[in-house]
Amino acid sequence: MTALLLNRDLLRRALPAITLAVLLVAIFIKQPLAMSQFGLTLMLQYAVPIALATLAQMFVIAVNDLDLSIGSFVGLTTCIAGLYLPTEPLLGALLLLLCIAAYVAMGALIHLRNLPSIVVTLGMSFVWLGIAVLLLPTPGGKAPEWLHGLMNLKVPGVPFPIIAAIVIAAVVQIGLMHSSYGVVLRGTGGNPKAVARAGWSLLKTKMVMFGLAGSFGVLSGLSLIGLTSAADAHIADRYTLYSIAGVILGGGEFIGGRVSPVGAVLGAITLALAASFLIFLRISPDWQIGAQGAILIIVLALRAAITRGSAR
Amino acid sequence: MGTQPEQIVSLKGVAKSFGAVRALAGVDLAVGAGECLGLVGHNGAGKSTLMNVLAGTLAPDSGAIEIHGKDLAAGYSVTVAHRNGIRCVFQELSLCPNLTVAENTRILHPALKGFGWKQRAGRLIKEKLDEILPGHGISPGDTVGDLSLGQRQMVEIARAFTVTDDPLHLVILDEPTSSLDASTAQQLLEFVRREVARGRSVILISHLLGEILRYSDRVVVMKDGKVVAERPADRFDRDSLVGAMGTVVEHHAAVQATAVRERSGTPVVVRAKSALQTDDQALVAHRGEIIGLAGLAGHGQTRMLLQVFAGAVGRMHGVDVQGPVAFIAGDRQTEGIFPLWSIARNVTVRSLPRMLRHQLVDSRREAEMAESWKQRIKIRTPDMDNNILSLSGGNQQKAVFARALGSDAEIVLMDDPMRGVDVGTKLEVYDILRAEAAAGRTFLWYTTEMDELNYCDHIYVFRNGRIVADVSREEMTEQKILQSSFKESA
Repeated sequence: MTALLLNRDLLRRALPAITLAVLLVAIFIKQPLAMSQFGLTLMLQYAVPIALATLAQMFVIAVNDLDLSIGSFVGLTTCIAGLYLPTEPLLGALLLLLCIAAYVAMGALIHLRNLPSIVVTLGMSFVWLGIAVLLLPTPGGKAPEWLHGLMNLKVPGVPFPIIAAIVIAAVVQIGLMHSSYGVVLRGTGGNPKAVARAGWSLLKTKMVMFGLAGSFGVLSGLSLIGLTSAADAHIADRYTLYSIAGVILGGGEFIGGRVSPVGAVLGAITLALAASFLIFLRISPDWQIGAQGAILIIVLALRAAITRGSAR
Repeated sequence: MGTQPEQIVSLKGVAKSFGAVRALAGVDLAVGAGECLGLVGHNGAGKSTLMNVLAGTLAPDSGAIEIHGKDLAAGYSVTVAHRNGIRCVFQELSLCPNLTVAENTRILHPALKGFGWKQRAGRLIKEKLDEILPGHGISPGDTVGDLSLGQRQMVEIARAFTVTDDPLHLVILDEPTSSLDASTAQQLLEFVRREVARGRSVILISHLLGEILRYSDRVVVMKDGKVVAERPADRFDRDSLVGAMGTVVEHHAAVQATAVRERSGTPVVVRAKSALQTDDQALVAHRGEIIGLAGLAGHGQTRMLLQVFAGAVGRMHGVDVQGPVAFIAGDRQTEGIFPLWSIARNVTVRSLPRMLRHQLVDSRREAEMAESWKQRIKIRTPDMDNNILSLSGGNQQKAVFARALGSDAEIVLMDDPMRGVDVGTKLEVYDILRAEAAAGRTFLWYTTEMDELNYCDHIYVFRNGRIVADVSREEMTEQKILQSSFKESA
């Protein structure tokens, strides 16, 4: 009985990795040329900004909120980075810090006024987009050299996006899942009352989590412009839904503080690869979003089936 | 009192009100070092509120909180309580289900940080669990959400007795044995005695009077937000304890004068048997009766009402209901009102099918119904189109009553509907209930207030999801209800 339970639990935890492996195998069967360092780098390059945006979303989901503004926020940070970082790096950095501060303030507002985060972040998404369009009405700007260089780094033997994903996942995994304050942060999602009764400030944990979300949103924007080398206000509009899907694909749950950083990164990579896979299948772009949705539903249905089995 | 060598905590004149409800009316309570204090009282006596004040989760309106002789009432908080060695295990569990046992230990101890904290936390909780309950089978790496309710309760209690930097003087245990089996409960309480022997103090709250009498040194009885009795435990027995919880002065409400109908005089409209009932005892209601569902809070009364409701709208095993029903929720904010709607909408929503014209709701008829109920039940508002939240709590509840009473329901289920309602409103509603019952409506009324049982024709006392007593109005005394509520059956 316990062994079976353990197995199912293990299965549930391994599901994000299994999904990714199945997808990779399918891609290699369909397109053997993809199985090279160049092929993998090409397919995975956008996985890095998506993974960072997914982690940003994960911080917010971990405290039972939802961020509908992360996509336009990432778009805004690419605009700021593209406009100011190459010419006035100090001003650019200051503006990006201001963006993070705005996220912290958003967390404080949501907690203090007990507002639904969906409403606040949906509203803020238009604010971010508006500022971005004002700054950069048409696509333009330029990535700073160092950023472009970093994102196009070539490491012999291993595709760079994979190294980046491993480093990012490891840092967040240790910070959130193994550090002592990470426990308090996750506890806020699990049982806020219990955390407050132990004497911790919920306002502080919310602000920290939104601050982390803002920081990873900025990192996502920076990595994105490092790849595209030009900025656009609408460049990351899809990231909002990608990030939510990535967290859930990675084994996270919308409420209860159950999240997994490694899973979220795997989920983000799966989503990025799914897009390539659908292209290999020659599915018309019109149907791609629908097909991605279908993949998501299949994985979630599998997870639900496993969970229900273990509950029995 | 005064015989204690050293006082850990002394509360003086602590008062707390929630709106119109006075939860604590100036309570004095002292706990000495190395003492186990038993605290008992019926529902709503103020025990939990008092313990929340002491734990720092609720600020009192007035009064002094002295710890080791220093008044700390100003700026008292959970952190201050912890720093002064006071911890509380709350009745509803305070663990994070998404974290492991060790991680939950860390939540309580700011000192558990830095390298290797997880091992230290794990060792700390494991040692304490081993001490309380050898062979508990709980590992520090287990996720709390996967543990059984009893195991969670063990973890939370063990956690409360772990010590890092802050001292530990007093642990408050609010219903600590509610999800434990008898032998585990005994092991826990024996551990409590060992801690007390080491000089720690414990406040033990329990509805199991046997536990209180056996394991505490001194017993304090609360009623209506006041301490009404206080004696060494050996000078109480079950009967005198139950007696102390009841009122000294019997309430002889005007209802006593109303004619007592014959039990079998009218047809049976509800017959329902609890799934947990082991004998044949069923809840029976005749047309025009007010049936009281009594007992301690959360012992299956609400479940019974929901069962009757399910039986009326669909088919339900063991439930037979004749006629349409309406449900009046007690938890007004979450299940009673529609907070975004007007008062009128809140009243008419149960009766919309009657107000259709050409398949659309006729707003004139809606307004008529709202207006007539405003008069009948005296909802104090200038305009029924105002938002429901513009009303006071009592008047909001009147609107919820009007919704049920204005409907076609012949049977009305009431889930402790007078929670947090002021006395004036209550008396008005009682009159309406009596008039409605006389007109042939049937009421099933779960109430936690002893006084309200005086309005009932027949009372069923619940314990652990079962009906344990079946009392008619003539036989009803507070003593009798309390005795059955605290009945300790296997």
